[in-house]
Amino acid sequence: MTHALDPDAPAAEIPPRREPLAPYRDVTRSDAAFRAYLHGLPGVDQVGAEARTAVLGTRSIKTTAKAWAIDTAIAMVDLTTLEGADTPGKVRSLAAKARRPDPTDPSCPPVAAVCVYGDLAGVAEAALAGTGISVAAVATAFPSGRASRAVKLADVRDAVANGADEIDMVIDRGAFLAGRYLDVYDEIVAVKEACGDAHLKVILETGELVTLDNVRRASWLAMLAGGDFIKTSTGKISPAATLPVCLVMLEAVRDFRAATGRQVGVKPAGGIRTTKDAIRHLVLVNEVAGPDWLSPDRFRLGASSLLGDLLLQRQKLRTGHYSGPDHVSVD
Amino acid sequence: MTRLFEYAPAPESRSIVDVAPSYGLFVDGEFVDGSGAPFKTINPATEEVLSEVATGTAEDVDRAVRAARRAFTRLWGPMRPADRGKYLFRIARLLQERAREFAVLESLDNGKPIRESRDVDVPLAAAHFLYHAGWADKLDWAGLGPGPKPLGVAGQVIPWNFPLLMLAWKVAPALATGNTVVLKPAETTPLTALLFAEVCRQADLPPGVVNIVTGAGDTGRAVVGHADVDKVAFTGSTEVGRSIARAVAGTRKKLTLELGGKAANIVFDDAPIDQAVEGIVQGIFFNQGHVCCAGSRLLVQENVHDEVIASLQRRIGTLRLGDPLDKNTDIGAINSHLQLERIRQLADIGEAEGANRWQPACDLPERGFWFPPTVFTDVSPAHRIARDEVFGPVLSVLTFRTPDEAVAKANNTTYGLSAGIWTEKGSRILAIADRLRAGVVWANCFNEFDPTSPFGGYKQSGYGREGGRHGLAAYLKGATE
Repeated sequence: MTHALDPDAPAAEIPPRREPLAPYRDVTRSDAAFRAYLHGLPGVDQVGAEARTAVLGTRSIKTTAKAWAIDTAIAMVDLTTLEGADTPGKVRSLAAKARRPDPTDPSCPPVAAVCVYGDLAGVAEAALAGTGISVAAVATAFPSGRASRAVKLADVRDAVANGADEIDMVIDRGAFLAGRYLDVYDEIVAVKEACGDAHLKVILETGELVTLDNVRRASWLAMLAGGDFIKTSTGKISPAATLPVCLVMLEAVRDFRAATGRQVGVKPAGGIRTTKDAIRHLVLVNEVAGPDWLSPDRFRLGASSLLGDLLLQRQKLRTGHYSGPDHVSVD
Repeated sequence: MTRLFEYAPAPESRSIVDVAPSYGLFVDGEFVDGSGAPFKTINPATEEVLSEVATGTAEDVDRAVRAARRAFTRLWGPMRPADRGKYLFRIARLLQERAREFAVLESLDNGKPIRESRDVDVPLAAAHFLYHAGWADKLDWAGLGPGPKPLGVAGQVIPWNFPLLMLAWKVAPALATGNTVVLKPAETTPLTALLFAEVCRQADLPPGVVNIVTGAGDTGRAVVGHADVDKVAFTGSTEVGRSIARAVAGTRKKLTLELGGKAANIVFDDAPIDQAVEGIVQGIFFNQGHVCCAGSRLLVQENVHDEVIASLQRRIGTLRLGDPLDKNTDIGAINSHLQLERIRQLADIGEAEGANRWQPACDLPERGFWFPPTVFTDVSPAHRIARDEVFGPVLSVLTFRTPDEAVAKANNTTYGLSAGIWTEKGSRILAIADRLRAGVVWANCFNEFDPTSPFGGYKQSGYGREGGRHGLAAYLKGATE
């Protein structure tokens, strides 16, 4: 284990494990117990899950409902740039768009957060000061998560120190797929502690977990470990957010609240590009988890190009005609 | 901004379909007046009169049968099978082209949600014609004996729950095998059959091959009882099915009956619970429960009973009941006042016998025929709601402890049309399905239909199969299934 990046990294001895909420206190008592618990969750029938999302996909959202959905979706966007080529200038321009997505219409709500790499969190914080828009930073060796725990924790502390209000971490998919669930759990607990007051979104990278059974297990694992949000994807792996995956995660947060009283949020990210996609997700939230989740505190859409289409559709509703892509700003 | 996501009304336009103020019978390729007193067909969601439809008397039926016989002997019977197939392909394509028209008309006349008529009834009806069109010139290879021959004239009586789809189930195999048809649609839902008559004309189907005679019970009796009918096919209630069996007994007529059901939907404790709940909803609330193969008896393993019922009730709370033409409606109107009365009566008996009635908070429209989705728990196998077919959105929940008990309870019914099994364990699916006396067994799904799959029942659910290779046998001479 290297401590090169952070001389204050925790010592090699493992601190006592933080227990999950009641009634799940004892499920993390051993590897075997945790495995038995996660594998004892009801299975997910993929065909049935797809059929359910297909039916919800036929909901016809028109007129006033559409206007409400578009504004709600805008307010839920985590406006994201996660490129190697990101610069302070790019982040500042994104922050400006986050504050006033449609400069021609002051009634257009701001987005929920701007999501950047940790080293640029400071730039985003400065550009968003006083707006109420959060700064989200990806951390823990995003997107692969392939680094030692000390490096990941250092990454998190660095992002928080730079001003991030929210940390989007990735789970160790290698450990998950190898069946070392307690390792994954311990790491999330450690990251949560490193976050301090910052909210923690746990990226499951469902495109690498592949099965919906795995998605359900990973969702419960992340919630038990204290994640504030569970998030589908990094956006770097295809497929990213799909409706069946989102369905299973929404069922998980719904059931988790029923069992523990704690309400965890959901964030699909990657691949949501059109207003239609966004509205399908909102319908899913509404009819699966319930209206309690229809708020930016509980549901986010991780996207970069989606906002442009939401704004075009918003203008269309307001004016009655479509305008071209040049009528919304390029980030 | 409010936090509630209220879906604005999204009604499908009814302007796509022209409903004539009155309709005649379709006999020998022409629309003709009926000799009986015409009857009104209404929109069950509003009680608005949609149209007036002719009643066919025994004389009208006789004219239709003679037209069908002529067409069979001179034209349709001797026709090259590939050419018969072409007509069926053409009908299928026209159904697809006019799908929206059919879907709107079906929802208007029947009360079912447009989402179902648009996504299930009409596409499946077209699929049945496509499937059977393919069989028309391949009957020699259907494994039903060498050179199978058509029977002649088929008299067919269909129900009101899937008016167009049941027509397709009956007409497509009959025509593909070289028979001609006299069909009586149900008296509450004749309109899509009459629109289908228009499609037959549009497809240049030779006159007399398809005849449609509207009317009520008397008209149906005339069709079934006509001496020159070679084959009787009926879908409907067990009661009427019995009287048809009596009428046909001792004659040379071949008979297939597709009757009622009281299907068990069995949920084991290792089931995918969320999908099982969807399957329960699909099983009993699809088409307002007006489905002969509806999963009206939920058999749930006792150790997951509370969890499943809580989940089911929450899910039922999200069902949207109302205007059938609204694209977001899940539960439409009950088809008729008569049926509504029967559902109410049986539900009241359920309560009186000691079962627990649960219904979600649900505003019913003031006009029209409506019944909210209903779940009875604490149902004993002796209760009438566990034995009688309700044919409405009413679910009876029973429990079991072991697989043997599940099988025993599932088979403990006078019917045997369908059943469902929910478990993640593949070996259990096969073992249980083997022991269920039901014509269709669905595993981890429910109410899924496909023209390639035979459909039919055990015991009082009837006999004969419709669809698939087996379904062809019912329309061929000397064919053995």
